[in-house]
This record gives sequence, C-alpha cells and structure tokens, in this order.
Amino acid sequence: MIEVEDVHYVYPSGVEALKGVSLAIKDGEFIAIMGQNGAGKTTLVKHFNGLLKPTQGNVRINGVDTRKASIAELARNVGFVFQNPDHQLFSETVEEEISFALKNFGFEPGVIEKRLDWALNLLGLTQYRKTSPFLLSGGERKRVALASVLAWDPQVLVLDEPTIGQDHQQKENLRQFIIQMQSQGKTVVIVTHDVEFVAECSPRVILMKEGKIVADGEGKEILTNPEVLAQSSIVLPQVAQIFTQLTALGLPKDVIDIYEAKEILLKALKERQK
Amino acid sequence: MAVIETKNVSYTYPGATKPSISDVTIKVEKGEFVLITGPSGCGKTTLCRCFNGLIPHFYQGELKGEVIVAGMDVTQHQTHEMAKHVGLVFQNPENQLFALSVEKDVAFGLENLGYPREEMRKRVDWALNLTGIYDLRERSPHEVSGGQQQRVAIAAVLAMQPEIIVLDEPTSFLDPLSAEKIFDVIYELNQKIGITVVLVEHRLDLTAKYANHIIIMDEGKVCFDGSPREILSAEETRLIGVGIPKATFLYKLLKKEGINLSNVTPLSSEELSKLLRGVLEAK
Amino acid sequence: MSVFDGLKFRKVHSPIHNLDPRMKFIYVIALFVVAILFGQIIPLLALFVLQLPFVLLARVQRQWLRSLRGAAFLAAFIFVINIVTRFFYSGYVLTGADWEYSAAMSLRFVVLVESFSVFFLTTSPDHLGLALEQTRVPYEFSFAFTTAVRFVPVLAEEAQTIMDAQKARGLEMEKGNFMKKIRNYIPVLIPLIVSAIRRSLELAEAMESRAWGATKKRTNLYALKLHRGDFALLALTVGILAVSIYVYLFIPVPTLVELL
Repeated sequence: MIEVEDVHYVYPSGVEALKGVSLAIKDGEFIAIMGQNGAGKTTLVKHFNGLLKPTQGNVRINGVDTRKASIAELARNVGFVFQNPDHQLFSETVEEEISFALKNFGFEPGVIEKRLDWALNLLGLTQYRKTSPFLLSGGERKRVALASVLAWDPQVLVLDEPTIGQDHQQKENLRQFIIQMQSQGKTVVIVTHDVEFVAECSPRVILMKEGKIVADGEGKEILTNPEVLAQSSIVLPQVAQIFTQLTALGLPKDVIDIYEAKEILLKALKERQK
Repeated sequence: MAVIETKNVSYTYPGATKPSISDVTIKVEKGEFVLITGPSGCGKTTLCRCFNGLIPHFYQGELKGEVIVAGMDVTQHQTHEMAKHVGLVFQNPENQLFALSVEKDVAFGLENLGYPREEMRKRVDWALNLTGIYDLRERSPHEVSGGQQQRVAIAAVLAMQPEIIVLDEPTSFLDPLSAEKIFDVIYELNQKIGITVVLVEHRLDLTAKYANHIIIMDEGKVCFDGSPREILSAEETRLIGVGIPKATFLYKLLKKEGINLSNVTPLSSEELSKLLRGVLEAK
Repeated sequence: MSVFDGLKFRKVHSPIHNLDPRMKFIYVIALFVVAILFGQIIPLLALFVLQLPFVLLARVQRQWLRSLRGAAFLAAFIFVINIVTRFFYSGYVLTGADWEYSAAMSLRFVVLVESFSVFFLTTSPDHLGLALEQTRVPYEFSFAFTTAVRFVPVLAEEAQTIMDAQKARGLEMEKGNFMKKIRNYIPVLIPLIVSAIRRSLELAEAMESRAWGATKKRTNLYALKLHRGDFALLALTVGILAVSIYVYLFIPVPTLVELL
C-alpha cells in the first residue's frame, strides 16, 4: 500500500517538481503514470522507494513514513527498474548482476541461489547465466535489469519508460509479463507516454501535468477524453481516434480495446443491414 | 532514377561470427519516402550505416556486394564526401550535438566542408527556418527539449543540402506529440524540397501514412519490399513482429468476419473512420 | 542536483560579456603584472576597486562575491603566515607597517584570483572556444574543450541516475570501512565508464556523418571582430600599464602608515 499525502517536492536547484500530489495505491493494482516530460512522473515514483523524500507532505509505504526509513529498507518492498539498463549493469556475468541486490539485502547463500534460478527462468535468461551482460542485445540487457530487481521479489514493481526503443514483439512480451505479475498479486506501476501500450493493457491511469495530478481513473475513461489528454499533450490512442470520429452515428466513445471495437462495429453493421 | 541502390549486400562487423545483413538488394527512387522496419536486431541500423560509408570506412569489417548512393560507390568515397549527399540522423539526440549553441551545431558540417561565412549563414538560417527552430538558434543544446534537439540534428544535416536524409529511429526517446511533430517536419521536407527520406521506425502506426515505400527486414534479410497498402494488407506481416497500424488491423479483423469495407486498405484512423461512416451513414 | 547547476552555461549579453575574450585576457594579464609589481596596499586597493565597475556592468556580482568568499580562507591564511613571520623576524614586536604589509600580501592574492574569476565569469565557454580557434590553437583542441564543456553536465546527470539505480538495488554507498566505501563506487563507475565509451562512439559516428575532417581549411560561422569597446579596453590596459610602470620607476609609493 502506497499513500502519498499532499506531497510537494522542490529540487535543490529551486525547481518545484511536485505541487501537492495525493494518491493511494492499493496492493495488486496496475497503474500507468502518464504525462509530458517534466510533468513530475519520475519525481513522483522516486518517492516510492525513498530516492527522494518529500519537501512537504508525507509518503507512506505499508504505513512506514519514507523519511524514517533508508532507501535500502524501502527498496525491499518497492523494486525500481530504470529506463536504461546500461545505467545499472556492471557485473562480469548475468548471474552476478542478478545476485548483486540479493547480497546487498543480506540474503543467505542458499536463498540467493534459489532466487537467482527463479528470476533467470522467469525472464528466459538461464542460457546466459555465465555470459557478460555487456555482450547481450539491447532487449536482453533490459531483461537482465528487470530480473536483477525481480530477484528479491518486491511487492511493488516500478518500471520507468519500459517500452522505449522496444519493438512490437518485445512490448507484447512485456505486457504478458505484467499480466503474470498481476496474477501473483504484485503491484505494478509503469511510467510511460506510450498511449498505445497503455490502451492495450488498460490499467488505472494517472495523468500528470506540471507537478499535479490532473486525472486519475480507469484507462478507458481517461484515454478517451480528448480534452483531458490535450492538457497533458497526449494523443488519443488510435482506436479511440476512430471512435471519436464516429460519435455522430450513435456509437460509444469510450473504446480503446481493438477487439471490443470489432464487436461494436460488427453489431452496428449488422443492425444497419436489417 | 534510383538514388540508393544496393546489390547483394552482406556485411559482418569486425569480430562478429555471422553477418548482420545478408544479401540485401533494394532500390530507392528519388523523392521517395521510404520506411524501413522490422524487429530489433534485424539489421536496419546496419543498412543505414552503409548509405553514407560509415560502413565500411568507420566500422571496417567485411562488406560484400555493391552500395551505390547518389551515383557514388560508398567503398570508393569517404564518409565526409558522402555527407554532402546523404545526411544521417541518429536515435539519441543528445549524442549528435557537440556545439554550445544551436546555430553553431547546425553550421558544424559546413564549417568542416570549408564553406565561406556568408554562404554558411544563409544555409544555416534556411535549415533553422525549415525545421522551425530559428528562434532557438542562440540557445545551448541543454536548454532545449529532446524533440527540439532532434530538430537541431535534422537541421544540421539539412544545412549540407543533401539529396537524401536517413533517420534511424529519430523519435524513440520522444513523447508521442514531439514524435508526431518530427514526422511532420520530415514529411514537409519531403514534400517541399523533394528530399528523399529513408526513415527507420518501429511504430508503423505513426508513420505508415507518410510513406510511399516500405521495406521490412528480419534477421538481416529483406522480407517485404513494396507499397504500404500492399504490404500492410498482407497476412504475414503480423507474424514477424511488426506492429501494424490499429486502423489497418481493425479493418483486417472486420474483413475476417466477412465485412469488406473497401478494396483499399486504410492506413490511418482517419481513413478507416471515413470508410465506416460511408457504410454506416449510407443506409 | 544543485552541485551540477554551476556547470551549466548559458549565453548572457552584457557590455562585458560581449567584449572580445582575447582583449579581456590581455587586460587580466596586465592586472596580474601590476599586482606583482606593487607590494604596497594603496595601489593594490586601487586595482581591487578597478574591478568593481566590470563586475557591476556584467551583473555577475553574486557569483563574484561567492568566489571572493572562496578566496577568503586562503587570503586569511596568507595574512596569518605573514604576521607570524614578521613577528619573529622583528624581535617579537609588531608595528603598524607589519600589519599593513601582511594585509597587502593577502590583498594581492585576492586581486590575482579575482582578476581571473572576472574573466571566467564574463566569458562564455563558446566564446572562449572561439578565441582558442582563432588564435591558431589546432582545431582539435578547441573542439575538445567545447565538447567537454557541453558534456560535463550530461555526464553529471548520468552519474546521478546510475547512483539512484544502484541505491534502488540496495547499495549503501556510505556503509562499511574505508576500503569497503571505495569498493561501493565500482557499481557506479563501471556503468559510467561503459556508457561514456558508448557515447563517444556515437559522437564519433555523428561527427563523421557531418563531414568531420573534410578539409584542412576549416571555416567558422562566427568571427571574432574587435569593436569599439574592445579598443577602449585595450586603451585602458595600456593606460594602466603605463601609469603603473611610471609610478613604479619614478614615484615612491607611500604606505598608509606614512600617510597618517
């Protein structure tokens, strides 16, 4: 459970990146935080594992005030995967890379071994166990970075811009992965401006602008609201674009899923044929 | 007239065991807007590096076959000679700007080529205006957004007035709105000054509508080469992990259900909703 | 991130910023020479006061005061050393002249430091790079200089991100004894170095693609041209030098103690 209470954050340079953000994330939720660059998305999620502490207001993780806990303590519950895997890979082998955090957190050697096998297997990296992460492809490096966080089995997983530079298949794999995490009861928070990806996943969407939350609700409801999206310089997902142009025909406006779109159109077309 | 022509090109990076591209034969006509796409690691970037001679001059390695760009054989001409004919724009805007002000960066290529100052000034202003960043000319690259940085990079190659501009995933670090602005700028250049555009991009949903020629690669080989409508209506496209525009996909889903909206495959949501309105309103 | 803000540069226009960096450099060297010539407090005070209009015109008084504060510690140190040695040499008594001499020595230090700080505070890095280019320094050097200035803030930000990424994986940088603390930096340094290498390759690729090395006779978008202000500064420089040398040779400079 993540509770954010009227949080303001001012960077030492004087830039006020968060201007009163309140938010509650329940265990097991899937959330996409969206908004333009500089809207405060990354600043907000960095509060979840204590990388940043609020200048004003409170952030509580499972009831613990983040000001009263170290990053390492908070990170046990909140795993944070950065956008660029190259900002964290440093070990000689994939195996060492993944055990790094486990050692930092003081797990027993036997447990480390078990967790390592589990994470390698989950992300299909077992064959690269002894390979240097620097020799892997971009997509594989991203998976190693993810595995190295997943290994300690945090309750919350924060993914910063996970779809940047990913191709269609890789995005689909990511989506499947998130669904799997969901089924295990994990909380997943993604920071992204990839509308199409969000439309396919349909999570709870939190829209930010200039350090404030401007909308918070079902993906289907927010991503089909052109006025709200325009404020945050986000374009409508394509399916929603099609349907906003068909409103005059009495079709619903809030459609983002392509298969739902198909059903609605089939029904409408059949009715006209009668 | 073909401005880019490759014949049976294969290339292996130094130290690599297998070729990154093999047996690539393509032809790009003057004034075309070409989209090259395919899954990560399919060899798109490698192919782009052949167009201005970075391969083989900068990367060394083993190049087989023939690459003729703007009538020049790239193996016979250094990259700085090719630069006047082919401009390359890379993925990460941050790593292709070196100067401390926007206009100085745009002038970088011309300075290297030894252009006189008056000519340089004219061309720099022209390129800045075409890309809509004239007002930013005195800023430092740090002060402008990622989208603006990428426009600086485009202006910087434009200033050399090349016949061809090659862009390797220029928007993958940008938000969708900035990305759209970049695509609009590129499309406008293609229309206004007739420059040949080669755009490497994953997101067909955003770009298919601009292109008049699509090349799809997989595992170092060209597997589709043709017009957008022809390729996107083909069934196999989805199989090799290329995300096709949602509008096209929806059109195909309906077609499977026995509803043929039109014989021309729609590429954008505007096109599809127009078709749908036509069918639904008619009755 | 405040540490890195000082590294970011921006173009500022002021009568002083717009002066030719070469002229400013000559002026600073002249001040330097004069400060070395005189050991008395009055001319040194004059030199110090002379910089004030510069600072005010360039509107850099805040940064200037900050650099003064930076120099204060060393200046105090110089003062104390001088007083102490004088005290021992003159047989454990201190006269007004001793105090004055020590003050003059630390003031000289302040003048030397400040003249350079005024130069760097009022000269933008691109101007400086340009000056390097146009004074027959090989282009590779001035390019290396401007690129370094360009990328320092980028690398600093990157280092911050890497530190965050490793802290998020439970790395506690301040934990352990001295050797352990040093080892804690490995997970930060390796990604930083790897990414710097990757970045430099990409930069090289982009440079090649933009006709780097096409001709030996490289041209430049900007030309440094001497304007009226530059000539005025040159005249001022020559004036200061002439007066100083004249005074140095023919007029004995009184100390404050003698005047009072």
